[in-house]
Amino acid sequence: MKKLQFKQDALIEVLHKAQELFGYLEDDLLLFVAHHLKLPPSRVYGVATFYHFFTLKPQGQHTCVVCMGTACYVKGADKVVEAVQNQLKIKAGETTADNKVSLLTARCIGACGIAPAVVYDGTVTPRQTPESTLEKINQWVKS
Amino acid sequence: MILNDLIAVKEKELASQKKIVLRCCMAAGCMSSDSKGVKEQLEKAVVAAGLQNEVEVRGVGCMKLCCEGPLVAVDPKNELYIKVTAENAPSIITALKGGKVNVEQTDPNAAFFKKQLSIVLANSGIVNPERIESYIAADGYLALHEVLNEMSPKEVVEAMTKSGLRGRGGAGFPTGLKWGTVAKSPGAKKYVICNADEGDPGAFMDRSVLESDPHSVLEGMAIAAYAVGADQGYLYVRAEYPLAIARLQLAIKQAKSLSLLGAGIFESPFNFNVEIRIGAGAFVCGEETALMMSVEGKRGTPRPRPPFPAESGLFGCPTLLNNVETFANVPAIYRNGADWFAGIGTEKSKGTKVFALAGKIKNTGLIEVPMGTPLRTIVEEMGGGAPDGGKIKAVQTGGPSGGCIPSQHLDTPVDYESLGKLGSIMGSGGMIVMDEGTRMVDVARFFMEFCMDESCGKCIPCRAGTVQMHNILDKILKRKATARDLAKLEELCDMVRNTSLCGLGQTAPNPTMSTLRFFRNEYEELLQPDTFGAGATHSETVTK
Repeated sequence: MKKLQFKQDALIEVLHKAQELFGYLEDDLLLFVAHHLKLPPSRVYGVATFYHFFTLKPQGQHTCVVCMGTACYVKGADKVVEAVQNQLKIKAGETTADNKVSLLTARCIGACGIAPAVVYDGTVTPRQTPESTLEKINQWVKS
Repeated sequence: MILNDLIAVKEKELASQKKIVLRCCMAAGCMSSDSKGVKEQLEKAVVAAGLQNEVEVRGVGCMKLCCEGPLVAVDPKNELYIKVTAENAPSIITALKGGKVNVEQTDPNAAFFKKQLSIVLANSGIVNPERIESYIAADGYLALHEVLNEMSPKEVVEAMTKSGLRGRGGAGFPTGLKWGTVAKSPGAKKYVICNADEGDPGAFMDRSVLESDPHSVLEGMAIAAYAVGADQGYLYVRAEYPLAIARLQLAIKQAKSLSLLGAGIFESPFNFNVEIRIGAGAFVCGEETALMMSVEGKRGTPRPRPPFPAESGLFGCPTLLNNVETFANVPAIYRNGADWFAGIGTEKSKGTKVFALAGKIKNTGLIEVPMGTPLRTIVEEMGGGAPDGGKIKAVQTGGPSGGCIPSQHLDTPVDYESLGKLGSIMGSGGMIVMDEGTRMVDVARFFMEFCMDESCGKCIPCRAGTVQMHNILDKILKRKATARDLAKLEELCDMVRNTSLCGLGQTAPNPTMSTLRFFRNEYEELLQPDTFGAGATHSETVTK
């Protein structure tokens, strides 16, 4: 925040940094940000909930982000999501009860040339199928 | 920095160029297929073969044929290797000394490359995006120098108007007119914003430009700032593009260290600084007023226009807002002249357009073609048609705001007006090909779900309308709808289109309307006979 000179218009930058450091945005963290940028908590909370990128819940140890952009969708990304949902018994956007895996979907990661793409723990992997995704997920679950 | 310094940098860079250059794609698509490992292995192999003085391994931006990545090109032999792996990469080096190569090759003179005309992507895949010297060697920042030293801001705007460039973000507003309006607006403080919030699913042109040639966007922004009298610029980039953000940050730092950004550029009184603002995953922030709210650190909700951003935009000051591709066109226009640019394309749509070709098609990747190129040329000749001998059914342009163009209209030239007539839009450049296996009602529901999720909730037609339309589409797909639901859907489309506040709502019905127009039979096949009493069928669609 100091680097951004406590500028109020840098709120989104501050929240990005906070999420990077803490993994998710806790209520106390949002209050802290609001206090230091001299903004009403309602404004900070409003911004944090408006944007899809920010999460107010902790994520699992591993994250699996399936790209659901148009190119990935017509090439079968929906089947990948379905397979993972059935396997882990969670819905997209949720984390397994043992806190191991979070399943997320993305609007489009811009890797349409290699559709369907899945991001495992931040690594973009091209041309995924339900089988290859489940293989990866099962490795995580066992570890 | 004066002109002589710039030329000195260029000459030094050109003089240090080695005889053979291996260009290795380092854009996000190929990076995910381990092009970094490929590059490392190539570098090792060069050292092992003792060719350090003759061979350069250069990390470059996108080389367009993304589906065959990682790509490695060899100059001046004009060879293009595809699907290179860290294991087989060293054989490319041994081949230089007459050894056998065991990497697949493709023809760099194939229609996919030959039919392209590169202006925006001219440097993409050629220069190293992480070194400013590489961009300067390709005549970078020369246009900025010429503009600052030899033209008045008024002349800059006039040249832009003459070139006929139109906004590449989708709507196609004449760029010269926009610049002129901002230039004329009174105010001591003005801003220039580059919209790099490429939210359309299936579009990745802007990402590639930022990753492959970030300096051309910065130079374009600086020229625009001079023309309108701004001294501060913002680049609004999606958080989903970490590589593009990193390369932009590096590019800004390098440009500042050479005084090509900052105070007194080229020893003129012109100052220009650029800051990056990172988005946070909201599609609506591609809308200009919503984007400005987001730059100010607020919720990205649009507001009614007028006042237009040109009069009262960011922090209430006159603001110029253009898209990445628009800015990337700017340096070339001033380097080659407005007449040169106006000579390319059609009467009303000048220049070229970059498309991201994806979906059910053989060659996926980036293409840049002159305006007016028929869709058939793009899809069949360049794209190679549907894979596995399938039949192309439709081409979707413009993302969730566009429409589906059926195969019988493939001879349509690509320009703003022709696509508009078919109920689609040029859009930012996503082009998704669909084959016989794609169900159009499913596609319509997919886009409606997108708009429903991304609606910011400020105005009611969009917030409530998209939910209702999505429910009806869902009902049709589940074979529970009747002709009455379909009529209701069409009514809603019309209402949402005409009464929504911003572009998101106004265009949200487009995919549904265009599929209804060309593929109505697919909807009708799913309908059930109307056996219920009046009104009873709608109960499901009202709640949610």
